[in-house]
Amino acid sequence: MKKEHVFEVVRSLVAILLAMLLGFIVTYLVSKQPGEAFQSFLTGPFTSPRRFGNLIEAAIPLTFTGLAVSMAFQAAQFNIGAEGQFFFGATAATIVGITVPAPGWLHPILALAVGGVAGAFVGWIPGVLKARWGASELVSSLMLNYVFFRVGMYLINYHYRDTTAGAMVSLPLKETSWLTQFLPPTRIHYGIFVAILAVIFTYLFLYRSRWGYALRMTGLNLPFANYSGINTTSVITYSQVISGVVAGIGGAVEMLGIYHRFQWLALPGYGFDGIIVAILARNNPLGIPLAALFLAYLRTGADIMARTTDVSAEMITVIQAVMILLVTAQAFLAGWKHRIVVKEAKQSV
Amino acid sequence: MSEMLQAIFSTSFAYSVLRVTTPLLFAALGGLVSDLAGVINIGLEGMMLAGAFAGVVVSAFTHSAFLGLVAAVASGVLMALILGYFSLKLKTDIILAGIALNLFASGGTVFLLYLVAHDKGVSTSLASKVLPQVTIPILDKIPVLGPIFSGHNVLVYVAMIAAVVVWYYLYRTPAGLRLRAVGENPNAADSVGISVHRVQFTALIISGILSGFGGAHLSMGYVSWFARDMTAGRGFIGLAAEALGGRTPVGTVLASVFFGIADALSNYLQSLSIPSEFIQAVPYALTVIALAVYARQQTRKRARLAKLSQNPEKKAA
Repeated sequence: MKKEHVFEVVRSLVAILLAMLLGFIVTYLVSKQPGEAFQSFLTGPFTSPRRFGNLIEAAIPLTFTGLAVSMAFQAAQFNIGAEGQFFFGATAATIVGITVPAPGWLHPILALAVGGVAGAFVGWIPGVLKARWGASELVSSLMLNYVFFRVGMYLINYHYRDTTAGAMVSLPLKETSWLTQFLPPTRIHYGIFVAILAVIFTYLFLYRSRWGYALRMTGLNLPFANYSGINTTSVITYSQVISGVVAGIGGAVEMLGIYHRFQWLALPGYGFDGIIVAILARNNPLGIPLAALFLAYLRTGADIMARTTDVSAEMITVIQAVMILLVTAQAFLAGWKHRIVVKEAKQSV
Repeated sequence: MSEMLQAIFSTSFAYSVLRVTTPLLFAALGGLVSDLAGVINIGLEGMMLAGAFAGVVVSAFTHSAFLGLVAAVASGVLMALILGYFSLKLKTDIILAGIALNLFASGGTVFLLYLVAHDKGVSTSLASKVLPQVTIPILDKIPVLGPIFSGHNVLVYVAMIAAVVVWYYLYRTPAGLRLRAVGENPNAADSVGISVHRVQFTALIISGILSGFGGAHLSMGYVSWFARDMTAGRGFIGLAAEALGGRTPVGTVLASVFFGIADALSNYLQSLSIPSEFIQAVPYALTVIALAVYARQQTRKRARLAKLSQNPEKKAA
């Protein structure tokens, strides 16, 4: 490994440590029991099978949106729309789960496929607008989050709502559509294998296929890719579409695996979390599950800390924010990097 | 249907449009200033949220609505400084920094709310102040106009004034010219001795001030408490309004009012049991369409220019 790569890893670690340190200082200032709070935050997720299960469950949707966002990032495109794609994929899967009669093996596959198509559609719009006319995918994908949030809420509220339930929820999904939770007492479900497949697929697509190569070249240098004969217009479109497929399947998996009936009243935020995951993994598909697990670990730990001590779980969002800022700050520790590069160059002379 | 029309063509509807437009207008103007300086401010949402929170807490502890407002604006500026420091000095991608800022504000306000009010949802246990409502003399006696334009929270009028000030600043002052020059072409601006960083920092700070006002309107005018994530996407709507308005002050104001109408309308429709989801989705969908149409025109214009420069004799003909 080159020293520069080592530096990148070290810099990310320093950033993470600094963010955690900040969290601890804040905890120390506000808590009457900072020691216990630290402890339950750091070790909480490993204290019972159920808690460890929570960690794995939380990592599954993060893996999907992380993959989705990193796919777009690799093509140097933004995808802030993973949020809406995830949400609409979940909506579509819910409808399939409620209405379509199908045998147990086919039903989940069908629901996942429809969820993926729904996500693809949401991703296609900003993709094609950017590719054809250069319309900012940032603004359009952000707006589409709200459009498809409303469309999804309308579908559930007016067509598939369970009027007998006290809260605003959809009818329950048919049991044939569920992804089995196979490790009681945890809620870990077959969706974990779908997530693993998605990681492998994304890796093979990006690094072992022509389309993936074209995508990465477009991301590295668009004019150059264009001159060398890559159809960058179609690359931009399909990068967003595939990104949407992955996010949409993620939403479907969450519905079929955990909830079993639609109950979101707001956008659940997994799309924005996916951005954090992609950043931490440096857009490498193989790193995504690790980053997702790490983020899930922080979340689960914070939840346990909030339940057992007097520190609220929101501290973790502050830590996450600082992490994004520092990990992506190119000038953070840049002086150090500069010295490393100079030293290496001198040695090679 | 007639019920609906009756509701829409009433003075109370127009009044509520002004009321709901105000925070959107603040956010949109903030987005406009920073966008024209070439720094897209995704963090408007977080800046507003921080402002809304600081306003409530400070007014509760000082028993002064005015100090609350000052704190709201100051915290908007503080958020802008954080955004500027990371994006301009430490070279964090401005979009990612903005997203981080929103996360920071969303979590940070709830965390602090729990500390000061022992509640994670709303601040109703704090005796916070509201900013005064203003009755405009003479105007309030005029039928139709009076009930629409008079008796609003003071920040509604501040927003209207802010729109004019922003226009004046951007198009009638040297500083505004420099700001637009930096946004148009930072290298060219740099080459004539304009400090790009300083201008962009200033733009972000102005953006923070406006967001602070917007946040204060939410928690100290619109309602009299702070609730978690109470901005509810208004910062993003502000960005949309600014995009829909073609990055001009007048367009931004019109687009903000349009979003305000849709927002007010969806409140009315809910009471008439018409699916409000569609009305609420329309402004966002329209923004996407407007964006696409605008981008398409630009592409065609570029293509035409490219053609002209290839065979200039056609230009003469």
